[in-house]
Amino acid sequence: MRGGKATGRKSIRIGCGAGYSGDRIDPAVELAAKGSLSYLVFECLAERTIALAQKARLVDPQSGYDTLLEERMEAVLPTCAEQKIRIITNMGAANPLGAAAKTKAIAQRLGLRGLRIAAVTGDDVLALALGAGSGASEVSRENILSANAYLGVEPILEALAADADVILTGRVADPSLFLAPLIHEFGWPLEDWRLLGQGTVIGHLLECAGQVTGGYFADPGYKDVSGLARLGFPLAEVAEDGSAVIMKVEGSGGRITVATCKEQLLYEIQDPAAYFTPDVVADFSRVTLRELSEDHIHVSGGSGGPRPETLKVSVGYRDGFMGEGQISYAGPGALARAKLAQAILAERLQDYGLSELRFDLIGLNSTHGEGLSHMDCEPYEIRLRAAGKAEILKAAAMIWREVEALYTNGPAGGGGVTGVTREIVAIASMLMPRAEIAHRIHYEVS
Amino acid sequence: MLLREIAHSRTGDKGRIVTVSVIAYREEYYDVLAARITAGAVQEHFRGLIDGPVLRYELPNLWALNFVLTRPETQGVTRSLALDAHGKCLGSALLAMEI
Repeated sequence: MRGGKATGRKSIRIGCGAGYSGDRIDPAVELAAKGSLSYLVFECLAERTIALAQKARLVDPQSGYDTLLEERMEAVLPTCAEQKIRIITNMGAANPLGAAAKTKAIAQRLGLRGLRIAAVTGDDVLALALGAGSGASEVSRENILSANAYLGVEPILEALAADADVILTGRVADPSLFLAPLIHEFGWPLEDWRLLGQGTVIGHLLECAGQVTGGYFADPGYKDVSGLARLGFPLAEVAEDGSAVIMKVEGSGGRITVATCKEQLLYEIQDPAAYFTPDVVADFSRVTLRELSEDHIHVSGGSGGPRPETLKVSVGYRDGFMGEGQISYAGPGALARAKLAQAILAERLQDYGLSELRFDLIGLNSTHGEGLSHMDCEPYEIRLRAAGKAEILKAAAMIWREVEALYTNGPAGGGGVTGVTREIVAIASMLMPRAEIAHRIHYEVS
Repeated sequence: MLLREIAHSRTGDKGRIVTVSVIAYREEYYDVLAARITAGAVQEHFRGLIDGPVLRYELPNLWALNFVLTRPETQGVTRSLALDAHGKCLGSALLAMEI
């Protein structure tokens, strides 16, 4: 089966305008304006984002899509409409239909008529997950907030074939957002695992936006990157055979090198020879990266094998409450006073039924514990952090209250107390047969 | 000498799993990585922070090793009480390894 009708183009340019839901918007505007793009993809759904969006929707049924949807669409829609750049994004989150209605309203407000906006649904499998025999066993049903299957390229291909200008999805595997337009444009067969694997490599390199253009990379004196405050977002120029050049808009900050591409290629990858997506089990192990010129890296050699028969489902569930409090000590004896404060808190907090409690000395051992930290130094200042979990909100909130009480009841010179108490939304994974999951597409025209 | 002098690293996370790449700055350093940065050495380096065996994948064409670490049940990204709940700082800690 061919995945799309080949459009006869020799190469296409796909940009990435966001690597997570809160990402910067100005680099996406720059990319849309100067990237000579055919497609602009926004990847905005981390593992837990959709569960939090579902929780928001329980309070306000109109919400549940990406909180920056309006700001992003207002910023890029005029340019994308003018240059005929098609937008593909998972900003639909827990409410793709609401996102499509909102996008239509924004387009109309901006005077952009005739834009075809597609909303992909069907990833929400909460009813199925709650059904007999397929529930995530370690989670009790009443605590489950959301269950979303990772869809692949199919619904996006369908919407592209129906001439959608903007495609809003919920949960779709990140690389599929980029792979779908390649399949659509070049007519790649859906069983050509080599091409689908190589396309997945390209999607994976682009999906975290700034992380391939020099973001999350700089280490002064070892790996220097200039212009990070105006970091450019990436685009790929992809040829029909799947080979691609990763680049960015000229004049933007950051850099793209073989090293930045290697770091991103392996990011969040377990077995590089078997990266599971709904579309293909991709093989990254024989990828070749070659610098053509400054900020232009050629990528080839991705391949793969048949797609898995099951789809991954992320289940979001309420997992009690966490509380945290912090307080600073400084000057001579700061560490000893922080440790005294810790001892006081440990004694006070033992009566509240906390299921878990930890202390960190920020500046000394909070990131990696005593084994890797330099414990024999006497820091000028130290910040004590207490964090714990409880089944009920009130118990978790006692942590902050007890830290605050150190002002008048604890060691000398404590200052700068902050605290937070929140519900924990945790994620469990399960697998579901493909046959149980069906997508639907709804269209709006502005 | 610290590993940092010959290699760079990026950390990723999926629930309880943390992945850490170690990438040689030069091709000739790859053999040193392959010989010294064994799965056992990484497991020992992160003692107390991770659970169970460390998996190592070799990518000589990228001059890189890829490690898969599993954290304790309570230390997954969505449930951990740690400040760095993702474990994103683990790669930097690995670069502090003596070689």
